[in-house]
Amino acid sequence: MSEVAEPGLAPKPQGHGGGHGEHPHGAQGTFRSYMTGFVLSVILTAIPFWLVMGDVLNDTLMTSIVIMALAAVQIVVHMIYFLHMNTKSEGGWTFLALLFTLTLVVITLVGSIWVMYHMDQNMMPMSPHEALQKP
Amino acid sequence: MHETTPPPGATAPVFYEQEEHAHGDGGTLFGFWLYLMSDCLIFAALFATFGVLGRNYAAGPSGADLFDLRLVAVNTGLLLLSSITYGFAMLAMDKDRIGPTLKWLAVTGLFGAAFIAIELYEFTHLIREGVTPQRSAFLSSFFALVGTHGLHVTFGIVWLVTLMIQVRRRGLIAANQRRLMCLSMFWHFLDVVWIGVFTFVYLMGAMR
Repeated sequence: MSEVAEPGLAPKPQGHGGGHGEHPHGAQGTFRSYMTGFVLSVILTAIPFWLVMGDVLNDTLMTSIVIMALAAVQIVVHMIYFLHMNTKSEGGWTFLALLFTLTLVVITLVGSIWVMYHMDQNMMPMSPHEALQKP
Repeated sequence: MHETTPPPGATAPVFYEQEEHAHGDGGTLFGFWLYLMSDCLIFAALFATFGVLGRNYAAGPSGADLFDLRLVAVNTGLLLLSSITYGFAMLAMDKDRIGPTLKWLAVTGLFGAAFIAIELYEFTHLIREGVTPQRSAFLSSFFALVGTHGLHVTFGIVWLVTLMIQVRRRGLIAANQRRLMCLSMFWHFLDVVWIGVFTFVYLMGAMR
């Protein structure tokens, strides 16, 4: 019973080892690429923690902008070195799906914050003390 | 009577393969990628909720009062280390070496478990001090976002242990290699989400 398991999922078992090195879907990395991604990630993680914990810039807005920029860069680093993202795998469909998702994410985030911020602006003001008294 | 002639292709449909499929894995990896993208939208909704409600403290504690950034830094390091060790497991898998693959998977699982342990410590610590999700909109959205990420990591660990048993019993057959590649994407994806969490929730929360 266990011998016949998944006949369609294991094509050419003997030829697999040789053909695997070609990475037909481009999903694999090398030791070098993983280490590059790791070192970059450590640097891009250490800087924002240092900026915030050490209060280096003395400016909340400036620090926010810098750490958000670093986060964006680190996400790209992870995408390239760990998730092996490129524009060619699966005939470009993974990249297209990513672009579509990013569009939706931006609309969700920016839209929600924008709309709700303006709604807050147009509401009757309520002090924290009043907020505590609300049912 | 008149004789009806079936249109061409009506009795025996003819399919034409226009282009060769790029993937040799039956499309599983691409399908899993699409799942990750939909998961991304779940997190986008949770991030948007936190972005809207993140300052509604209801006269309760704020992020600056609650967050211990040293703990978050340790957690971030653990998740980052687990990402690179999973990468090493994939490299060992490429060389068809079962022992190193299992070893690196085990290390990855331990880092993940340590991450979850620290997060659970943080949550129980908060809840014991009365800082519960019910306390304010900020805390509701905080626990929803960070908790969902933690649940993902937890299920990732369950999946990892399952695959370790599979690899030990069946070896690095093509099906197991495909499964390990799916988990690889899942694991690295969770690390990407964590970048957003520690930046937007913890670091920016601790600054105000």
